Amino acid sequence: MPADLPPLPDDAAMLAYLDAAAVLQGIPVDPAWRGDVLANMRAVAGAARAVLSFPLEDEAEPAPVFAA
Amino acid sequence: MNDLEPTGMVPTDMAGAAEIARAVASGAVSARAVTEAALARVTALNTRLNAFTDLLPARALAAAEAVDAARAAGRASGPLAGVPFAVKNLFDIAGLPTRAGSLINRGRAPAARDAALVRRMEAAGAILLGGLNMGEYAYDFTGENVHDGASRNPHDPSRMTGGSSGGSGGAVASGMVPLALGSDTNGSIRVPAAFCGLFGLKPTYGRLSRAGSFPFVSSFDHLGPLARGTRDLALAYDAMQGPDPEDPAQAPRAPEPVLPELEKGADGLRIAVAGGHFLRNGDPECFAAVDRVARALGATAQIELPEAARARAAAFVITASEGAALHLDRLRARPGDFDPATRDRLIAGAAIPAAWVNRAQRFRRWYRDRVLALFEGTDIILAPSTPCRAPALGQASILMDGATLPLRPNIGVFTQPVSFIGLPVCAVPVWVDDGLPLGVQVIAPPWREDLALRVARVLERLGVARSRIPS
Repeated sequence: MPADLPPLPDDAAMLAYLDAAAVLQGIPVDPAWRGDVLANMRAVAGAARAVLSFPLEDEAEPAPVFAA
Repeated sequence: MNDLEPTGMVPTDMAGAAEIARAVASGAVSARAVTEAALARVTALNTRLNAFTDLLPARALAAAEAVDAARAAGRASGPLAGVPFAVKNLFDIAGLPTRAGSLINRGRAPAARDAALVRRMEAAGAILLGGLNMGEYAYDFTGENVHDGASRNPHDPSRMTGGSSGGSGGAVASGMVPLALGSDTNGSIRVPAAFCGLFGLKPTYGRLSRAGSFPFVSSFDHLGPLARGTRDLALAYDAMQGPDPEDPAQAPRAPEPVLPELEKGADGLRIAVAGGHFLRNGDPECFAAVDRVARALGATAQIELPEAARARAAAFVITASEGAALHLDRLRARPGDFDPATRDRLIAGAAIPAAWVNRAQRFRRWYRDRVLALFEGTDIILAPSTPCRAPALGQASILMDGATLPLRPNIGVFTQPVSFIGLPVCAVPVWVDDGLPLGVQVIAPPWREDLALRVARVLERLGVARSRIPS
């Protein structure tokens, strides 16, 4: 089973992460955009938790293309 | 109308592709006359519907004249001889920058040659009229576009076409062209097919070449046709099949024509309705459309796609991450030139930890294996295409099972768990009342587009699935 997931960070912590990530990636983020970027990151994080909380065997490798 | 409803007259506009190709091949009408009529119809309707972003009359007329000249010289006409078509503007069209619904891409060099599928359609005799409106960079379910204006639904221009292949939906549903090509990453063919009342084919992932199309999410990108009838879909699909070494994700499969299979019916096919996730989170009429289709097919079984909601979540994570990776340079250089709705999702996507994406891809393997196992006892699965009818332009939220949710991401609630693992789908249009159309996904196992189209054809023959051009 997956280890317990940490709680999602609060808005201040999430914004700090997003600001740092934008600096790392070299993306200039207008302050007026930060609220919508945060909302989108929360949506992604929520979706990711659904995935991360699902148990998978270590042998479960990606299979992006169907074999006939 | 389509080729199943003979008009008794020479087709010039609003006819189906098969009917046009037959008439051109027989000499009953020239490809040039068909093309002129289609161009006139686009000109008359486009101001209101905003489906075309690029109209290419000189190219189209030259191509039509070449088709007519070939026939006059005794050469066999192609299966799409003289059939007008148009493509979502993420397909390369020689001489145009491939804008993909964006402002930024308009500064690109003009494409040196047409996309692979455009070349194949033209090799079959079809006539390209131009490029079609779409949501920016295909990250869209609405058909709205801040740069080019919204695609408008021919059945009610105050409503969305659905997206991101919005212009493709509008152009075919209004009768401008009998065929259009679109792309479908998370639902972008099936959603406009539902909202505009069309048949749409999203083939198996890896079936049709994506070479010469502007990408979005490599893991999920598909290309395919929209039409007003199954025969037209089959004609276009067959014309576009075949290996192409220029698409690294394409499976090495020989063409498997579906047209010879189309009339084989659904007898003996095991058909089930998707349960669980696919019976929640939508308006009642969406499920009524599925019921109507299931009843017509005598399908009483229900089947559960395990963890479908989680599959949708995984698709959401991968889409945001791969999309952001694709656009990273543009986000660095020109973030202010994106549609804000696209940009803010992509900036968030650029911050997603790689481990989340990898886990989502591994879950995709798990889910694929479970769903493929379902097909050992089932040939076709039915599910709604969308959770609602075409929303009003500008609408931002949707009521789902009593909760108000943002509209944009939730339009794909039923399409995403299917494209996530690349299953072929024929989306069919269903009218349950006098209101706007709805869509039902006819889902088949990998590489069995023929089964999806056969079932769609049965529904069409029964009158359960049909397209109509608004008067």
